[in-house]
Amino acid sequence: MRYELFVALRFLRQGGAQTVLIFGGAAFGVGVIVFLTALLDGLQNNLIDRTLGSQAHVVVRAPDLTTKRPFRLGPGEKGAAVVERPAQRLQGVDEWPKVMRTVEAIPGVTATSPVANGPGFIRRGQAEKSINVFGVVPERFDRIVPITPKLIEGHFRLEGGEVVIGQVLADDLGVGLGDKIRLTGTQGVSEVFAVAGVFDLGNRQVNQRWALVSLRAAQALLQLPGGITNLDIRVEEIFEAQALADQIERRTGLKADSWMVLNNDLLVGLKGQSSSGTMISIFVVIAVALGIASVLIVSVVQKQREIGIMRATGTTAQLIQRIFLIQGAIVGGFASVLGSLLGAGLAKLFEGLAQNPNGSPTFPVSLSPGLFVTASLVAVVVGLASAWGPARRAARLDPAQAIRSV
Amino acid sequence: MSEPILELRGITKNFGTEVVTEVLRGLDLRLDRGELAALMGPSGSGKSTLLNVLGLLDRPNSGELTILGQDTKSLDDAALTRLRGRALGFIFQFHHLIPGFNAWENVALPQAALAGRMMDEHQATARRMLEEVGLGDRLDHLPNQLSGGQQQRVAIARALVHHPALVLADEPTGNLDSHSADEIFELMRRFHRELQTTFLVVTHDSRLADRCDRIIELVDGRIVQDRRR
Ligand SMILES: Nc1ncnc2c1ncn2[C@@H]1O[C@H](COP(=O)(O)OP(=O)(O)O)[C@@H](O)[C@H]1O
Ligand SMILES: [Mg+2]
Repeated sequence: MRYELFVALRFLRQGGAQTVLIFGGAAFGVGVIVFLTALLDGLQNNLIDRTLGSQAHVVVRAPDLTTKRPFRLGPGEKGAAVVERPAQRLQGVDEWPKVMRTVEAIPGVTATSPVANGPGFIRRGQAEKSINVFGVVPERFDRIVPITPKLIEGHFRLEGGEVVIGQVLADDLGVGLGDKIRLTGTQGVSEVFAVAGVFDLGNRQVNQRWALVSLRAAQALLQLPGGITNLDIRVEEIFEAQALADQIERRTGLKADSWMVLNNDLLVGLKGQSSSGTMISIFVVIAVALGIASVLIVSVVQKQREIGIMRATGTTAQLIQRIFLIQGAIVGGFASVLGSLLGAGLAKLFEGLAQNPNGSPTFPVSLSPGLFVTASLVAVVVGLASAWGPARRAARLDPAQAIRSV
Repeated sequence: MSEPILELRGITKNFGTEVVTEVLRGLDLRLDRGELAALMGPSGSGKSTLLNVLGLLDRPNSGELTILGQDTKSLDDAALTRLRGRALGFIFQFHHLIPGFNAWENVALPQAALAGRMMDEHQATARRMLEEVGLGDRLDHLPNQLSGGQQQRVAIARALVHHPALVLADEPTGNLDSHSADEIFELMRRFHRELQTTFLVVTHDSRLADRCDRIIELVDGRIVQDRRR
């Protein structure tokens, strides 16, 4: 074993209770950070997953027709008239196949789905429900909002005259596979569809109001011949969505909104959570660093004589400094391993505490390899940084003085 | 013509900044290869201070110090440490072994520090040296498991394992009963004979000093007598 490492390990071993304390304290600190981060990341991923479970990352629409026209009220005064488009008319995306090709060519876009979307009613016997009609191409829509894996029964293919509805709506209407229901658009166009599938997206609003039909059928119901109301987009990196939306707006002249804008409140909340998590981690890191540093300072004072003898017998000041830095690194390294295990164990324990009816955890935690790598790096760097002062001090000890102080 | 190991000219050493104590007041001295010199003098005369200066643990305030032909003034701390580790050996009154390390480790540590090598590469040499001083069966003993005389033997093994040109011993027998003191002194004499090592030994014991080739006497920071026999 190398001399520096040999001496560093021996010094730590001689530290006894002191060593146990800094190892334990540092490991506990790392454990707290790992646990807290796993918990927060898990919570945030869960919230984002839920939000994006029934939402496109980016939605492209026709620009609003709403414009403001300035006019004169009197001398020096101006007003603005708001000219709105007729409430009933749906606004289609012009030349959407071309738009779709343009968008698909943008790097970072992984899927697109044309959607004809508008309000409507469902009638079955006496029951009448207001619903949200979605005209989609199933295999494309599945890549935006995965319906197929969420089907309770039936299939998601939408051959002519088929409709797929949410499980709450099916219950409200008392319908099942193969039953016929009549869909009516706001313009009064109406048609009969057979229920081909029932889904549960885990969101009551969606389960109660969504009715998925073929694009062509929706175009007829909503009086949008050949048109779509929006192009739904999935992107590679969800947090790049807004940047991509901006890019899409520039390239197409259409309006593109990312989920980040549509769920701004959620994002502000998540950011706040992340920064309080970071603050707590920073305080823990400071406490751990101070702990390591103070124990090492005490050890330098206790080992004055040993250091003096080593200096007198061929150990350079640089080597002495390295011996104490190594001790810091060992504490950090040990803390990163034990702390990661501790934090991961705590997180798993916490995850097991509460479960959803389907057996999935209520509070899923996120233990990514990146978390352990970061925690370990932080621990070793903190170990080294907090050993820096004590190591300098040890290296500066005057050997003659140290030997005299018997 | 004998080979000079150590030469000092006009060495002074002061302590303190406000109240200045002059401890060494202009010393000239030369030690040649193979000399066994005793350094005597009353307590407080500056013997330990002189040894620290010669041992490169302390820098003099003025004067020149040459070791193995190398002027030491221009050397930085790392170079001084290397020269010290290579050319010098120390034996202190309170043996100054490192408490947490056993006998062979105490002997091997300076070697490993100097060579920047693995500890176990020096284990064999350390063991051989400890056998030489009669501690072949105490290799794994910690200092506090050894008697005073045995500890001082380990210190001698540590000081001589790398065959230094000069060994500085500060009252190496001062803490021992006269029987152990004789043994330790004879051990040093043996290495002096066998390895042609130069020794400068601080002692109050004129009985031991009489067995040296040279007696240097320090009073109040000045060499007042330098006798060769
Ligand atoms: N670090 C120091 N600071 C101040 N005075 C010192 C220091 N070291 C030694 N002295 C003084 O120098 C004088 C000589 O000390 P020392 O060399 O230990 O003498 P000796 O070894 O001959 O007994 C003493 O008066 C002592 O008080
Ligand atoms: Mg003394």
